[in-house]
Amino acid sequence: MVNIKINGIRIQVPDHTTVLEAAKKVGVHIPTLCHLKLDDFGIVNKVSSCRVCVVEEIGKPSLIPSCSALVYEGMNIRTDSVKALNARRNNLELLLSNHPFDCLTCAKNLQCELQSLANELHITEIHAKGEKMFYPIDKSSNAIVKDPNKCVMCRRCETMCNEVQTVGVLSAINRGFGVVVAPAFNIDLADSSCTYCGQCVAVCPTAALIARSDIQKVWRALANERRHVVVQVAPAVRVAIGEMFGMAPGTISTGKVVTALRRLGFDAVFDTNFGADLTIIEEANELVHRIQHGGVLPMLTSCCPAWVKFFEHQFPDMLDIPSTCKSPQIMLGAIIKSYYLKNLDILPRRLKVVSIMPCVAKKAEGARPELSKDELNNVDYVLSTRELGYMIKEAGIDFANLEESEFDNLLGESTGAAAIFGTTGGVIEAATRTAYEMITGESLGNVDFKQLRGLEGIREATVKIGSLDLKIGIAHGLGNARKLLESIKAGTSHFHAIEIMACPGGCIGGGGQPYHHGNQEILKKRQDAIYAIDKSLPRRKSHENEMVLKLYDEYLGAPYGEKAHDLLHTCYTPGERI
Amino acid sequence: MNSKYTLLVCDGASCKTTHKANLAAGFKKVIAEKKLGEFVSVVKTGCFGICGQGPIVKVLPDDLLYVSVKQTDIEEIVEEHIKNGNVVKRLLYTDPFTQEPVEKQKGKKIYQKQFRIALRNCGLINPEDITEYIAVRGYEALASVLADKTPIEVVELMKKSKLRGRGGGGFPTGLKWEFTAKQPGNEKYVICNADEGDPGAFMDRSVLEGDPHSVLEAMAIAGYAIGASQGYIYVRAEYPLAIHRLNIAMEQAREYGFLGKNIFSSGFDFDIDIRLGAGAFVCGEETALIHSMEGQRGEPTKKPPFPSVSGFRKKPTSVNNVETFANIPAIVLNGADWFASIGTENSKGTKVFALAGKINNIGLVEVPMGTTLREIIYDIGGGMVNNKEFKAVQSGGPSGGVIPKEHLDTPIDYESLKQIGSMMGSGGLIVLDEDDDIVQLAKFYLDFTQDESCGKCTPCRIGTKRMYEILDRLTKLEGSPDDLDILEDLAVNIKNSALCGLGQSAPNPVLSTMEYFKDEYEAYAYRKVKHTYSIITDKCIGCTKCARVCPVECISGSVKVPHVIDESLCIACGACYTACPVNAIEKP
Ligand SMILES: Cc1cc2nc3c(=O)[nH]c(=O)nc-3n(C[C@H](O)[C@H](O)[C@H](O)COP(=O)(O)O)c2cc1C
Repeated sequence: MVNIKINGIRIQVPDHTTVLEAAKKVGVHIPTLCHLKLDDFGIVNKVSSCRVCVVEEIGKPSLIPSCSALVYEGMNIRTDSVKALNARRNNLELLLSNHPFDCLTCAKNLQCELQSLANELHITEIHAKGEKMFYPIDKSSNAIVKDPNKCVMCRRCETMCNEVQTVGVLSAINRGFGVVVAPAFNIDLADSSCTYCGQCVAVCPTAALIARSDIQKVWRALANERRHVVVQVAPAVRVAIGEMFGMAPGTISTGKVVTALRRLGFDAVFDTNFGADLTIIEEANELVHRIQHGGVLPMLTSCCPAWVKFFEHQFPDMLDIPSTCKSPQIMLGAIIKSYYLKNLDILPRRLKVVSIMPCVAKKAEGARPELSKDELNNVDYVLSTRELGYMIKEAGIDFANLEESEFDNLLGESTGAAAIFGTTGGVIEAATRTAYEMITGESLGNVDFKQLRGLEGIREATVKIGSLDLKIGIAHGLGNARKLLESIKAGTSHFHAIEIMACPGGCIGGGGQPYHHGNQEILKKRQDAIYAIDKSLPRRKSHENEMVLKLYDEYLGAPYGEKAHDLLHTCYTPGERI
Repeated sequence: MNSKYTLLVCDGASCKTTHKANLAAGFKKVIAEKKLGEFVSVVKTGCFGICGQGPIVKVLPDDLLYVSVKQTDIEEIVEEHIKNGNVVKRLLYTDPFTQEPVEKQKGKKIYQKQFRIALRNCGLINPEDITEYIAVRGYEALASVLADKTPIEVVELMKKSKLRGRGGGGFPTGLKWEFTAKQPGNEKYVICNADEGDPGAFMDRSVLEGDPHSVLEAMAIAGYAIGASQGYIYVRAEYPLAIHRLNIAMEQAREYGFLGKNIFSSGFDFDIDIRLGAGAFVCGEETALIHSMEGQRGEPTKKPPFPSVSGFRKKPTSVNNVETFANIPAIVLNGADWFASIGTENSKGTKVFALAGKINNIGLVEVPMGTTLREIIYDIGGGMVNNKEFKAVQSGGPSGGVIPKEHLDTPIDYESLKQIGSMMGSGGLIVLDEDDDIVQLAKFYLDFTQDESCGKCTPCRIGTKRMYEILDRLTKLEGSPDDLDILEDLAVNIKNSALCGLGQSAPNPVLSTMEYFKDEYEAYAYRKVKHTYSIITDKCIGCTKCARVCPVECISGSVKVPHVIDESLCIACGACYTACPVNAIEKP
């Protein structure tokens, strides 16, 4: 413990506390911009580059960044000295002097941290005006739009891309006034090994990195009466979307989402959780097949499209170990466009599938050429949780007070196993529930595999299934995934199955979710809600989903069989590291 | 012909590049032709410091300097001086005060007030031959330290000498070594900062080119003191000759067992590697330098942690400047008390300066701390060119400021320079005369820093750019009085809140010039500055010279009738001013 003084107030704080944290304890607020710290997820942006949080340390000529300066015995801080206040305002003015003032039409309007800060410091005039940076906007990818002119060099994206995700695409290039965060040589994102995980988007304080908007395409599809527009909703959307309507983080709004989607005019509202149950049947069968027939082990999950793109680029020589299962949204899309289509009397082209996803990478996944049949994509448009929120607002729907309703049959049925796909550890827990009963032929009493839950970046567990010790690995965050993959490559770890999700926390922390603005408690509440949904459902094992069973009976035939392969499995393409 | 002569031929990069002369080879050829080889040896040596008059040839044992020697002079020097023993008077250095040729190097006023510690061997030994370094007690300091002192005693010796870092910050070297030595763990590093990026600075380059072994020896001493067995020299790639000589020196030192395993059978291992810098100014900042060495972007990070706690590969690292190192063997050999007896209360020893600008002797000088600017400029520097009026001296490069006439008698040391708004910096001194434009000077430096900023922190990335824009507006007469307030506010806030030394000191050239030359800023802001040349009718004799040289043909007039400049067309190139034989043209 050390004794320090902040604005004359004495306080004792533990070593390794930052001045910012210490100030918070005595009720002193210091504005921040580049600062980002989500301890429980291993995320911290240490650059101290914006200089908006500088404070005066008595006796020192230079101001210090409170977000990263650590306390020490006898430290004497003034957060409210004129010198500090002036420097903060000056630095914010400088950032604004180099910012395009298109706030009214900006994708981040009212969600922008730079904008809030300008409001907080009450900036009404910029004294030192001058040249503004000019770079072309990168719209090359299907998922992310990068506008360097809105970059404030907070480097949060770089921390996510390099340190947390180890993708290594984004870094500062050039120098001086022309410095900007970009792929090497400022190539387009689409030409890089970007996985579109969207963690850069999740943390960008401005609109320098945003998800591509597909709202207009969906409105147009809905407006055309000849189209039959079907929508599906991912498991993590329902525990987050309420935040956009002032509801507490972790509020479960499944039924409200369904009602809202119907009001928006969708012809049928299905549940991606159905796709998740289907995925489990296929994946568990694939795993059992691999175990029993001496196939390649471990088997890695393949639900997460950023993770898929990551291993294609980073581990192109290991493409035989991920499961060949398509992701739940794509599986459901494929079923909608085959099984569901056959009872509709329309041209296949007029059936449109819209997915509501907590994700940015799902947008790029939807556009992957191999995830199509007869030149029609399995999924047509992918909207983020945020985009659905904007549509609901635009339509004037009072979401918070909406009545609840049920998904449409039959692709709306799901189990608790599918619900937990939305969090790290969930897919593998769901698969274990099914694999257990498949292998042992016994009924599983307690379905809660607590040892698979939690937030540690890499988790390992052994589950006893009959005579088999099923060794399971879990990683969330691509940096952790890399560590696991490297240990497999080096032959130092031996797993049967591994679940990987690209985003810290899994889909609850996806790049398409409402912005968490650095508050990790929001992510934890979402996770709690996911497990609460699981617990509340009568059926909690995917193979007990009667509608899924019916689908196999009526249409698909045997799980992991020929037709299932045709519709529900995919293949991978090696990429390069750029 | 009674004695054996040695010819020391300057082979510093300045002379080599500006005069494209390979004098040493020329001398060797002529000497061989005249079959005088046994009487005279030719040695390529480092910079003598009076680069304005280079290349220099020194004749030993006569202690005589020939200046501005050309290929065509070689024959005469060999024939007259070496063969016949007659001094070639026309090539001797001329004292700017007495206008007399000076024979002895020691007799030259330029050298009288100098005191050479860091440059002690520069110009005296062949830097490519380790035996010459050994002959001047080279590696004796390392040997004695390894034989007689514990690492702690070496640290104590450095502390007692009160040597402070010559890289700009002036941090006590002994303390830095002590911090590094006290850190736990046995993987530690010594780094020599040879990134020297200040425009116009070449002190470190001259040491590396003229006396590389002194730096290697000092690095080994540092390694012993802090407990490191590996050193790195981070040198800018634009210094090929320095790199070449360092490589030769390291090879020879390894051959002699002064680097490598078990040095002097003491059980102490130490070796050195070179890392090349890509020439970004900011990479001279120690944390940026370390990141660059680690293969990352050369960007500074906040301190603490200091490199002495977490440096290269996150291990304790002592980063010291070239000149700092060059002092160290001399301190070990002569004792801490000797060193501490030179200089001022808080700044001990000497400092090397690169003198440039409007003075007669431009080049490198090394003077005891506490020498006044007046002594440096008038005694050593030989006074102002064309006896123009002294206006100010810029010290510390882009991190420093200007020192006006009223402070000419300030004894130079770290504190006094800071007090008058400037900085020791790495040791650049640019002398300005009445013709120099202070605001343009400030603009030059801001242009430099805004371009060299790594772009990481807001105040430096955008703030220095905005400062430059204002200075640019002002000097184009497009500014306003408000700009002066904005400029000053920006400067203060950048200084207070930038992340590293680059940004924190970038406003200094503006702050100090605004302090001492406010009028000149105001003249620009209120647009009182005349932007064009004009002809003083009374003085003009109508010779037409100005009209003939004017590139935009804006001067008109008949022969023998006073001419006129059309000020709306004048581009202020100054061609007419130079051409006028009767000083009838007035500057802007
Ligand atoms: C922008 C900037 C540039 C610097 N450039 C150099 C340099 O070229 N050489 C140098 O020795 N120190 C340079 N320094 C100082 C170093 O950070 C460091 O203080 C020094 O190398 C320590 O050595 P010393 O204690 O021997 O002076 C620079 C500092 C800044 C802020």
